[in-house]
Amino acid sequence: MNDLSLAIAPHRIGAMVLRYWYLLLSSWPRLLELMYWPTLQIITWGFLQTYITANAGFFARAGGTLIGAVILWDILFRGQLGFSISFLEEMWARNIGNLMMSPLTPIEFLLALMTMSVVRLAIGIIPMTLIAVWFFDFNFYSLGLPLIAFFCNLIFTSWAVGIFVSGLVLRNGLGAESIVWTLMFALMPLACVYYPVQVLPHWLQFVAWSLPPTYVFEGMRALLADHAFRADLMLTALGLNAALLLASFAAFIALLRSARRAGSLLSSGE
Amino acid sequence: MSRLTKIYKTAPAVDGISFAIRRGSITGLLGGNGAGKTTTIAMVMGLVQPTSGTVEVLGHTMPDEAAAVLGRMNFESPYVDMPMRLTVRQNLTIFGRLYAVDHLKERIAELAAQLDLTDFIDRASGKLSAGQKTRVALAKALINDPELLLLDEPTASLDPDTADWVRGHLERYRARRGATILLASHNMFEVERLCDRVIIMKRGRIEDDDSPAGIMARYNRSTLEEVFLDVARGRDREAAQ
Repeated sequence: MNDLSLAIAPHRIGAMVLRYWYLLLSSWPRLLELMYWPTLQIITWGFLQTYITANAGFFARAGGTLIGAVILWDILFRGQLGFSISFLEEMWARNIGNLMMSPLTPIEFLLALMTMSVVRLAIGIIPMTLIAVWFFDFNFYSLGLPLIAFFCNLIFTSWAVGIFVSGLVLRNGLGAESIVWTLMFALMPLACVYYPVQVLPHWLQFVAWSLPPTYVFEGMRALLADHAFRADLMLTALGLNAALLLASFAAFIALLRSARRAGSLLSSGE
Repeated sequence: MSRLTKIYKTAPAVDGISFAIRRGSITGLLGGNGAGKTTTIAMVMGLVQPTSGTVEVLGHTMPDEAAAVLGRMNFESPYVDMPMRLTVRQNLTIFGRLYAVDHLKERIAELAAQLDLTDFIDRASGKLSAGQKTRVALAKALINDPELLLLDEPTASLDPDTADWVRGHLERYRARRGATILLASHNMFEVERLCDRVIIMKRGRIEDDDSPAGIMARYNRSTLEEVFLDVARGRDREAAQ
């Protein structure tokens, strides 16, 4: 791998996507697991939403806020997991040396991981949204075009986090694996997934507004409660995501170089 | 490579070594555990950044100009595996695509025939025996018909028959392709048989560098194994004589 090469060869990205596709098809339990947790989530939160809607004024007015938040949170969380698990597969398989020694560039590797995060996400989220329609009368797709803005902003954030944690694992080995599973949860209270930003203490609101997902969850609540699409929120989130993606790519390259200096690529275990 | 040094924290793994390898030759790196063979090969591959010194591969500096040469070289090492859940054919297909191999199906069929993979080519790589895995790893290393082949213990954990077969294949590959091979091994018989030149390393430094016959003559020994023991146990050439 040539760290800073921005040359992109579609055949190499295609080869990596094919590698993960073969992997996905080689284990039905893993395929099932992609759908298992989102399904469980939507059923649990769906019934809670049903109960609250019948008993609370705001939720009666803004039906679907909770279920919508659950689905959007899953896009963010599982988008990052989809990215990071494909990366971890290389570490678990001790294949990272083969890839680093091949003509594959870091940018191509990351683009393949991004593609796979969308594939894995689709396998988990589409059944989840269908359950929301059938069981809880919430059609996620009725959000319309704003949904594209929500999705893009969330997936960009998930990739940025995925790139950063993958760099950490590359540098520190599988001992750093737990960060992959837990880092996104640190964003959950600050991104105001289930409540408006105003709920936070004033000083913490500044932190919340520095995170792109906060804008998405605020935008979703505005859409469902006030039927207003806040393009300003989406554009700000897009700007923050661009900065976040650049920073995470720079961090990944720095961690990769540090791994080369430390010899970590030779021993990708714990 | 020129004055190549790699220091991990404070300990030098490779300590200012310099050598050049003639194209089309097979060079063996010999040395005990911790001699610096694997680190040297890893720096040639660009997996490890030297602390100082330079590595030039096929006319390009590593790792800065790696993009220009990575497609022309390949390697086999016990430090990496082929993905276990994919079949041999799937793995070779992916690596063939990464290396932009033309007529990939034919190339895989050719390698399968040469390396006797046909019986298990559609079996998951993780379900193969050690000997089968080594042959698959060799097929991956040869998928792009590399000009430079780096091998780290290519016959470790193989039975004598399979090991002999792998050595024969490497000899034929070098003869056909005119490839350059750099080989790290603990197997003295293997090095004697395959290599035109032997570089003996100890504690990160080059202890000796000559043809196998030249080295054995200098230590007054009839096998490289005896030379290896002399070097490992600190007996110098004069004492050995």
